[in-house]
Amino acid sequence: MSSVETKSVSPAAAAAATPSAPPSGFAEFWFYFSSNRGAVLGLGIFVIILLMAIFAPLLTSHDPIIQNRDVLLLPPVFAEGGRAEYLLGTDPVGRDILTRLMYGARFSLFVGLIVVTLSVVAGVLIGLVAGFFRGTTDTIIMRLMDIILAFPSLLLALVLVAVLGPGLVNAMIAIALVNLPHFVRLTRASVMTERNKDYVIGSQVAGAGTLRIMFVTILPNCLAPLIVQATLAFSAAILDAAALGFLGMGAQPPTPEWGTMLAEAREFIQRAWWVVTFPGLAILITVLAINLMGDGLRDALDPKLKRS
Amino acid sequence: MKKLSTLLAATAVVTLMAGSAWSKTLVYCSEGSPEGFDSALYTAGTTFDASSRTVYNRLVEFKKGSTEIEPGLAASWEMSADGTQYTFKLRPGVKFQTTDFFTPTRELNADDVIFSFERQYKADNPWNKYVAGATYEYFSGMGFPELIKSIEKVDDLTVKFVLNKSEAPFLANLGMDFASIYSKEYADKLQADGKMEMMNQQPLGTGPYTFVAYQADAAIRYKANPDYWGGKQKIDDLVFAITTDAAVRAQKLKAGECHIMPYPNAADVSELQKDETLTVLKEEGLNVSYLAYNTLVAPFDKPEVRKALNMAVNKQAIVDAVFQGAATVAKNPIPPTMWSYNDAVEDDKYDPEAAKKALEAAGVSNLKMKIWAMPVSRPYMLNARRAAELMQADLAKIGVEVEIVSYEWAEYLKLSSDKARDGAVILGWTGDNGDPDNFLDTLLGCTAVGGNNRAQWCNKEFDDLVKKAKLTPDQAERTKLYQQAQLVFKKEAPWNTIDHSLVFMPMNKKVSGYVQDPLGIHRFDGVDIAE
Amino acid sequence: MLRFIFGRLAVLIPTFIGVSIIAFSFIRLLPGDPVMLLSGERVMAPERHAQIMAELGLDRPMYVQYFDYLTGLLQGDFGRSIISKRPVIDDFMTLFPATMELAICAIILAVCLGIPAGVVAAVKRGTWLDQTIMGTALVGYSMPIFWWGLLLIIFFSGTLGWTPVSGRISFLYFFPPVTGFMLIDSLLSGQKGAFGSAVSHMILPTIVLATIPLAVIARQTRSAMLEVLSEDYVRTARSKGMSPFRIIGVHALRNAMIPVITTIGLQIGVLLGGAILTESIFSWPGIGKWMVDSVFKRDYAVVQGGLMMITLVIMFVNLIVDLLYGWANPRIRR
Repeated sequence: MSSVETKSVSPAAAAAATPSAPPSGFAEFWFYFSSNRGAVLGLGIFVIILLMAIFAPLLTSHDPIIQNRDVLLLPPVFAEGGRAEYLLGTDPVGRDILTRLMYGARFSLFVGLIVVTLSVVAGVLIGLVAGFFRGTTDTIIMRLMDIILAFPSLLLALVLVAVLGPGLVNAMIAIALVNLPHFVRLTRASVMTERNKDYVIGSQVAGAGTLRIMFVTILPNCLAPLIVQATLAFSAAILDAAALGFLGMGAQPPTPEWGTMLAEAREFIQRAWWVVTFPGLAILITVLAINLMGDGLRDALDPKLKRS
Repeated sequence: MKKLSTLLAATAVVTLMAGSAWSKTLVYCSEGSPEGFDSALYTAGTTFDASSRTVYNRLVEFKKGSTEIEPGLAASWEMSADGTQYTFKLRPGVKFQTTDFFTPTRELNADDVIFSFERQYKADNPWNKYVAGATYEYFSGMGFPELIKSIEKVDDLTVKFVLNKSEAPFLANLGMDFASIYSKEYADKLQADGKMEMMNQQPLGTGPYTFVAYQADAAIRYKANPDYWGGKQKIDDLVFAITTDAAVRAQKLKAGECHIMPYPNAADVSELQKDETLTVLKEEGLNVSYLAYNTLVAPFDKPEVRKALNMAVNKQAIVDAVFQGAATVAKNPIPPTMWSYNDAVEDDKYDPEAAKKALEAAGVSNLKMKIWAMPVSRPYMLNARRAAELMQADLAKIGVEVEIVSYEWAEYLKLSSDKARDGAVILGWTGDNGDPDNFLDTLLGCTAVGGNNRAQWCNKEFDDLVKKAKLTPDQAERTKLYQQAQLVFKKEAPWNTIDHSLVFMPMNKKVSGYVQDPLGIHRFDGVDIAE
Repeated sequence: MLRFIFGRLAVLIPTFIGVSIIAFSFIRLLPGDPVMLLSGERVMAPERHAQIMAELGLDRPMYVQYFDYLTGLLQGDFGRSIISKRPVIDDFMTLFPATMELAICAIILAVCLGIPAGVVAAVKRGTWLDQTIMGTALVGYSMPIFWWGLLLIIFFSGTLGWTPVSGRISFLYFFPPVTGFMLIDSLLSGQKGAFGSAVSHMILPTIVLATIPLAVIARQTRSAMLEVLSEDYVRTARSKGMSPFRIIGVHALRNAMIPVITTIGLQIGVLLGGAILTESIFSWPGIGKWMVDSVFKRDYAVVQGGLMMITLVIMFVNLIVDLLYGWANPRIRR
């Protein structure tokens, strides 16, 4: 699943797309970003989800973990038999679904954040090294990345989690690892185009050190495609973590992680549609919001697509 | 030209098939794929349902719906006075199945019986390791390698088992799946053809149904064995439709895609009961789930402490939350459907106040303990984590702080049998042969400490009773001993007995003659379906 | 061209070795002990445990086991299931056609709907139609397919009762597998209603599995078309008064197809991954479900062998796509 995102920013396109002029400032970025209505909508939804996650304890009086045997499987408020204090109904052990979804947002956003941070940091470092030094180092690194890419990512993540032991932390590590090659390839491709440009050669002549050239001179100029890729990786990570949770290999009950909630709800598919419907809807909305933002970011950062 | 003949052949098959479309077919939505079809190699009920209970027979069989035994392939038997020799007279005229992969030329005889057992323990038998990694778990688990001295052919229809010691549960063990009788003639042919592996893929026995085909992870097909010694079955075709998800099974049952299914979700049972086209049978399973303290570690070495903790836990609440009522609270280590169950035993009553006082009286305060929760769902305990959380809350009320721990399943099984284990462990047991010995000595006997005895509990009084019962051939005598043992067990409380699960079997109203089996096996002999 | 092929193959060999090392070592790192599970709740005696480990060769040094494994691989021996004791390759061969059939149907659906949708969106760029199509595509692209499958089951199988819940064909029908593809086998069998039954079982899983590739293809087609439509020769053709249908159908689409075909090739790997979820939901007896089940059963040998084989299939498909691409596009042959 997570390898889908490569399509929007293939290394070659990214290399071609990287602006050779210095970045043009936030105002211009915002101009392009805000001209995409979908992106603004996505940003809006994302901010709401973020706020719900942060302020979950203030927004609800229920507890996401404690079971309440008096209110098992209550339907949502708009269905027959629903109660106002449980807007989206309750689950099989009497926990408020809305509360669990709000707390669950914390896990999903956290997973996305950690995975993206891990794979961006590691991917950029490795990619810089590969693209800058070339030669044997490059070959070895790229072969290793090919090996990781040869596996279907979800299957690789599944087996990795099985090796490390089921749990959210291990799921994050596994997803970060399967995401790594995309960042390595992207960084490497950008670095290779940038490396021979005048400004790099200029600073080399001026006697700047290797590290300085790598991080201060080259890296900022490769950022645009990386940011777009990172957004896509963010949503893909949320989906993959939920998928692992659904297969019983991600976060473990009673953690209110959305995929895990779905897995637990599966046995009630006949009786209580709401326990199945809402967690999935939460995943969909979040991922959709982030992808909308990703499209907007690409339009704003990618001058080639801006034209068309 | 060749094409034409293929086409003709295909048409012939079609005509045949069209003819059989009118036959009576029973579809059973089974819960999983069988591991293989040689039942002696495996331990899972799913495998037994698909192999030993359909295709094979044993010397003795369990009566339908009971744990008592009746003659099977052996028409009669005699035991020597010291209980170490059993002589079986085989039923004459029993035919092995005729299939498109094998046609038998002779009837069942003593060679088949000897072959079926010897391959499981004689290392020099060519069939002992006929597939890589073949092991005979039940044969060794039931102690047969140490028990059997020899198996002798007296004449074509008489076999004598010589044992190293008297063992009361021996006959019941012969009714178990690993003791199924195979055709030596079929085995010899496979060996001659160099296709020994087929024994595990194309089973052939004397049972009520003949194996037709296995479509991996999708379906197993059987047809009624016309030569069955017990008479041909009423249904013509039997299909195991493999459906691992319980909710999906229920949906298929309602949609009429299958006629009978095992293991419904506890949550679905009431829905299925409401459906007018269905009936739901229910019975207590031959199982128990327990919380075993480590009786070698202080303060759990004191029975007073263990009893106090038992009193603090609301077991009814666990049954309600985990099983949605599809279980009964357990007070004895053996299930109520088993003979010798002692109904006079009184359970430790749920009483947090009394529990608190009892704990103080035992001189224990600020107790911290671990509870181990199994990572998997088993019939006797659907959700150990949920049960552990409830115990945690209950014990907090009497001032005991509980930490819940869990390990990967194989680790869990291994670590939980360690004598130095820290914490009480949730686990359970499903009976193999319906004999109380299979619970009481196997799980609580002194010899099982460091092994199946997760409480690491060795009590001389208890152990003497069950060991004596094992050597006593008379069932009435054994019953008394076992009932007494249960009293000792309750007094000493090495476990908190949690529950016996209820087994539900939903089926279409058109199905008749299905009887639930206390051993948890699913058998389809004698089952019929209305058109 | 030949040099190009050999170049690609030369890259594949180290990748294959790397993959085999990873598959092998992963499985050794799995916690838990498959031998222990053989006896369930009943504890196995330590001597017996050691004996079984020795019989399975699990007690030998890692590198010996690996070379053994590699030798086996080169001879087509992918190991043997610890639980069912059957050769892994046999199970793979019986289950793979089911996955293949599902994947092919899904890719056909994705292509047949995705390309026209992308073309329409590109041609009607900026209209409500474009926005609707692209909005839908983005929803599809963001879809947690395991949930999507459950919803479809609830609605179409539960509420409406139109489609069967799971499996490949109704159990009323039985015929020996010829090709392993149920749609073809059911036709060959000539049994009345068998084909219809196979088709009705196919519908929901196909939709679920096709969802993401469909969205990706639609988006990719649209952007490729937009790029081509802005090229000079299209403008020239337009200014010459060539009919828009001809411009789009003949000139633009053909040129836009090159990146789209690459995308489709990449999606095949994605599909095999997506099969894990789809097959688990619909109890589809294919390799995805088989892998998940084996991970849970801790069947070392199956996970290892299956991982290897699935990866080989993907590497093979990617190689074909690469070669096709190189053949269609001589510039990248170098």
